[in-house]
Amino acid sequence: MEIRFVLNGKETQVSTAPDRRVVDLLREDLGLTGTKEGCGSGECGACAVLVNGESRLSCLMLAAQLDGKALTTIEGAPEDGRLQALQEAFVRCGAVQCGFCSPGMIIAAADLLGARPDTGREAIREGLSGNLCRCTGYAKIVDAVQAAFEKLQGGPTP
Amino acid sequence: MSQDIPRIGRPFVRPDAASKAAGAEKYAADHYGEGLLWAGAKRAGVAHGRIRAVDIGAAAALPGVVAVLTGRDVPGTNRQGIVHKDQPVLCDDVVRHCGDPVALVLAEDRLVLRKALDLIRLGIEPLPGVFGIDEALLPDAPLVHEGSPNGNILLQAALRKGDAEAALRSSPVVVEGIFEVPFISHAFLETENGVAWQEADGRLVLVVSTQAPFRDRWEIGHALGIPMDRIRIIGPYLGGGFGGKDGATVQCLLALAALHAGGRPVKMWWPREESFLAGYKRHAARMHYRIGASENGELQALDCRLSYDTGAYAHLGGEVMALGMEHASGPYRIPHTRIEGVCVYTNNPIGGAMRGFGVAQVSFAVERMMDRMAARLGIDPLALRRKNALEQGDTNGCCVRLTQSTGIRACLETLQKHPLWRGREAWKAAAGPFKKRGVGMAALWNAMGYGRGLPDSAIAKVELTREGAIRVYNGVSDMGQGNTSALFQIAGEILRQPETRIEGVQPDTERTYPSGSAAAGRTTYTYGNALIQACEELRRRILGWAALMLFADTLDDLELLPERVRYAKAKKEVSLRDIAAMMRDEARVCISQFIMPVAADAPDTGKEFVIGFPHLLFSHAAHLALVEVDELTGAVEVKRYLAATEAGRVLNPQTFEQQVEGAVAQGIGYALSEAVRLEKGRILTPDFATYIIPGALDVPEIVSIAVEAPEATGPFGLKGVGEVGMNGPLPAIANAVSDACGIEPNHAPLTGEKVLALIQGKGAASHAE
Ligand code: FES
Ligand code: FES
Repeated sequence: MEIRFVLNGKETQVSTAPDRRVVDLLREDLGLTGTKEGCGSGECGACAVLVNGESRLSCLMLAAQLDGKALTTIEGAPEDGRLQALQEAFVRCGAVQCGFCSPGMIIAAADLLGARPDTGREAIREGLSGNLCRCTGYAKIVDAVQAAFEKLQGGPTP
Repeated sequence: MSQDIPRIGRPFVRPDAASKAAGAEKYAADHYGEGLLWAGAKRAGVAHGRIRAVDIGAAAALPGVVAVLTGRDVPGTNRQGIVHKDQPVLCDDVVRHCGDPVALVLAEDRLVLRKALDLIRLGIEPLPGVFGIDEALLPDAPLVHEGSPNGNILLQAALRKGDAEAALRSSPVVVEGIFEVPFISHAFLETENGVAWQEADGRLVLVVSTQAPFRDRWEIGHALGIPMDRIRIIGPYLGGGFGGKDGATVQCLLALAALHAGGRPVKMWWPREESFLAGYKRHAARMHYRIGASENGELQALDCRLSYDTGAYAHLGGEVMALGMEHASGPYRIPHTRIEGVCVYTNNPIGGAMRGFGVAQVSFAVERMMDRMAARLGIDPLALRRKNALEQGDTNGCCVRLTQSTGIRACLETLQKHPLWRGREAWKAAAGPFKKRGVGMAALWNAMGYGRGLPDSAIAKVELTREGAIRVYNGVSDMGQGNTSALFQIAGEILRQPETRIEGVQPDTERTYPSGSAAAGRTTYTYGNALIQACEELRRRILGWAALMLFADTLDDLELLPERVRYAKAKKEVSLRDIAAMMRDEARVCISQFIMPVAADAPDTGKEFVIGFPHLLFSHAAHLALVEVDELTGAVEVKRYLAATEAGRVLNPQTFEQQVEGAVAQGIGYALSEAVRLEKGRILTPDFATYIIPGALDVPEIVSIAVEAPEATGPFGLKGVGEVGMNGPLPAIANAVSDACGIEPNHAPLTGEKVLALIQGKGAASHAE
């Protein structure tokens, strides 16, 4: 089936099986390996992408569901101020260790900052509770999300 | 990338963070390749059985299937294993756990692969199995390995110091306890995977998520009968390892697949369920302890029996037990010890290396015992630990004299001064309705390196490139611990180049040198020491060539600066690029080896351990957990956490904190929720919905304090910090829960259900453990 969607700001057309998982479409067909797969069943958040600005799990999404949508992956960052601010903050705050959760975590955080800009640490933790990280213990991830939010608000950076 | 020179001791942003956060870093899982084939293993699904038939007909006939292989197709010994070669690549006669691989399929895509795996019919005649330590030791127990002379015992050993039995008899106070911990899983986010292909000349290349690329070459060579120089392993950054990628996972299967792929690349990537089923686990263990002390709280004697379940194959079971026994006495001065250990085979999943290798288990037991002893003596638990803490010059529980930095007392003192400790009574009193609060601590140590009998060696290579930049050829995998960043700091410190002029090469058996596994808290210590020597040699060489070009009479007049060398007296400079252009290729490269020191005199005990015992270097920590228990559900919440850690000198405060916080988070999982649940060897927790690792809401804010005690033999005074933090949360949290509720939580994990049962049964004699 022919699927048209906007991928990281660019009109894109692919021909694929309608039931192909979006994570496979991205990683295998389009070479966008920044989106990771950690479980394949919606439990880890590593595969998160933004669909029309909202965080979605690409391991649970089928290609047909992309038709007509705007899809942003971690590679789409330069066009997206939120993603870029988050990426910089993740790096600076030490929120990246093995980094395998980082793309999904950053996508989830971008959704969070867009949807509910509550920057209390508890609210951020709640917002990221669908994303597993086995390396960091989360504190530095929360630091990074707070720092990115403050930067986007033009507030103080730590 | 910054223009700053990475320096030792200063905060330094890890050089790998930006590409990882951008999604640009290529992990093994991100490699595909033209004409890619997919490989997958058919797993036994039976815990113990004899293979009568493997019917591959229907699978092989499926369009899109390239090959279906069985044990008969394995060309070499068909056996792998780090110490004992007892684990088949593909089982040929017997299966010993549910995850054992019986057949291997190569297919054009993953859908076909899945179908083909389903079409393979296994005729496995079930054999009686053993699924627990006691069962394995019964005189008439079925044997996991037929014909094994020691029954189901992989290794049995004893450590002795003084006369523990007599000292216990004469100790006025003796406490006793039995502690149990289950198998747990590493649960790294990037599951086991790799891509392999055969070059036109027949050589094998693997890009694999591995902690030990050089050993992988040896494993594949042995199992498949291929000369090592015909195998190349490339080890990019890992999406987590924690010990679970130390040892063959996909390696031999993938190499075998590549031999049947006609030069096409083959990818194997275990789905999460397969990772739980077939991946290595932390050993389940039972620990029976008796400790005796004098009235004034001086420890007199320890007598303990440790039993480890290594599952179906040896893997590192004996070595894990050795480290457990070595640490069984805790970081304490105990004049008399008797430490017995047995490691048994069962038909459970395979036990292997995991952060806190054998030590996380015994830390639970010994630290619970210390709290119980303190309660019996009516002494403050911190005072009891301080009184008995090992100091440099003391002899530890297995007769090794501690000649190196020993900072446990300083960690305890740091904890004692902290407001979280000093304000604990007020904090506990402020518990809300139906909540009980408690505070618990743990004193910890963890050895570094492989120990005696297995040289802990690294060979560093550093190059002045033709462009005048510095390139470090790292031979030890970076699974996320950040050793790459320490290598940049060491090179920057000695060669004074900015980060933009330093490049790192990740492990590749063709480009880097054998430097051991990313394990045992040794990565930065051993490779770092080798790199210091190599960088110093390169520095001398650069200055030497500069002297020729600048007409300097002595190197002392020359200064190595970013991108150039200056001869101040003559007001002249030469660029590193020009120096590099003058040098012959072999002169631009420096190689140096370092081997970790071992204890000077081997103790007269523990002779059963051929390798891996004893150790000379230890890192230390004192942890404090503040918990709240819901009286209605038994649920335990960790509200605050403090970790004071001594790991020599801190090279990078940020990566140091990362290691401490990450280890504590994993430890909280071990304490509260993680358990590979088994029923007759079958895994009942095959996914993240049933195997619960901590999420963002389960880990509290962690206060990490570095207690520096520069280690004379360490690179710039460093020791390994990766492991010690893992050992603290289980005992500290259990002690806190005991403090809160007056119960004895001696079986991990402390789920709400278990804690509630203990609260409700409080006072009943049935669980006076
Ligand atoms: S891979 Fe999609 S949620 Fe884990
Ligand atoms: S950084 Fe490794 S899983 Fe999050």
